[in-house]
Amino acid sequence: MSSARSNSPEAPEAPADERLDGPRVALKILVAGGFGVGKTTLVGAVSEIRPLRTEEALTDVGSAVDDLDGVAAKTTTTVAMDFGRITLRDGVAVYLFGTPGQERFWFMWNELSRGALGAVVLADTRRLMASFASIDYFERKGTPFVVAVNCFEDADRYEPPEIRTALDIDPHVPVLLCDARRTGSAKEVLVSLVEHALRLAGGSGRRG
Amino acid sequence: MDPGDTPGAPARDHGVPARDHGAPGRERWLDAAAGPIVRPYAVTRGRTRPSGEPLDIVTILVATGRRPAEPGRLARPQRRMLALCRRPYALADLASDLDLPFGVIRVLAGDLLDSGLLDVQRWSAPAAVPSPGADAAAPPPATVPPHLDQNLLRRVLDELRAL
Ligand SMILES: Nc1nc2c(ncn2[C@@H]2O[C@H](COP(=O)(O)OP(=O)(O)OP(=O)(O)O)[C@@H](O)[C@H]2O)c(=O)[nH]1
Ligand SMILES: [Mg+2]
Repeated sequence: MSSARSNSPEAPEAPADERLDGPRVALKILVAGGFGVGKTTLVGAVSEIRPLRTEEALTDVGSAVDDLDGVAAKTTTTVAMDFGRITLRDGVAVYLFGTPGQERFWFMWNELSRGALGAVVLADTRRLMASFASIDYFERKGTPFVVAVNCFEDADRYEPPEIRTALDIDPHVPVLLCDARRTGSAKEVLVSLVEHALRLAGGSGRRG
Repeated sequence: MDPGDTPGAPARDHGVPARDHGAPGRERWLDAAAGPIVRPYAVTRGRTRPSGEPLDIVTILVATGRRPAEPGRLARPQRRMLALCRRPYALADLASDLDLPFGVIRVLAGDLLDSGLLDVQRWSAPAAVPSPGADAAAPPPATVPPHLDQNLLRRVLDELRAL
């Protein structure tokens, strides 16, 4: 047994007491997909879901009203996200953001995908088309993503290879079946995403 | 957890059909969130962008402990933010816990950063344990952002698997 005594030259920076709590590093995971595909369910299955909203000034609206004595009357749009946090040891926190899939919410996606660990694209075999936009988006951004096909009871079952073909997904992108209602299954999806992100981080070709 | 219903907020925008969702409270909140939308910007005095580089939604902030020169000039949510940030706090958590839109929290946080009351907690990958004969003049490790830090990702992977 080697001595655990630390006579290593530099002890890790001693944090101030209050810094022992709270996250030290945060990672983002997006959960995307069409309406009703199970985004909220998935986030809720692996974390305690909390309310979070954001709003964006519609700057492209012709006559943006300027400051009126400091009180703004700007046109904004409000969006609610599914927000969850998985707190791991040593201050590592994984934040989950479930976001609506429509194009008009892409201003949020831009925000969320920057520096993201990756994204889960949820798909429903009854409406595969609804996940096209998300897949295109993350491909363009170079965000690592996996496609998780939610198995709804009344949907025909397809195997991942068929879905990969139907959605024209790159061979290296994981495609898996899941039940977003089950914690174990939802967790597997995240594990597969982190594995994928790790592979990409190890190789070349990942943006900074 | 649910901050409560927003009375009279019109359910719109999302067009969520009356599907039988498992969590009616949540869904109700989501719809209500599309409600009154202008007021929060009064708090930020109309600015919708912080000065400087935009803060990421998971930026972690920490109070510097410095005292505000004119506490009275701080908005109430800013005072709350300072109190919460005695421990490291991510912007998204601040927005959720203070029930303010992320865009508003980001502007308020930007002001507190500018005035030196808050600091961004930077992540630097812990240096590898130096081997006994390590040369002190070895080049410092390049800084890697968390999402590209393989050691960090491996830790996340192990812990997720073990959850
Ligand atoms: N059978 C089955 N049902 C699911 C699964 N995931 C979600 N559901 C159900 O599908 C419905 C919609 O799920 P949500 O999680 O609300 O979907 P969403 O993507 O958040 O929906 P919107 O926010 O309205 O776009 C709910 O009734 C869920 O219980 C799944 O994996 N299998
Ligand atoms: Mg939802």
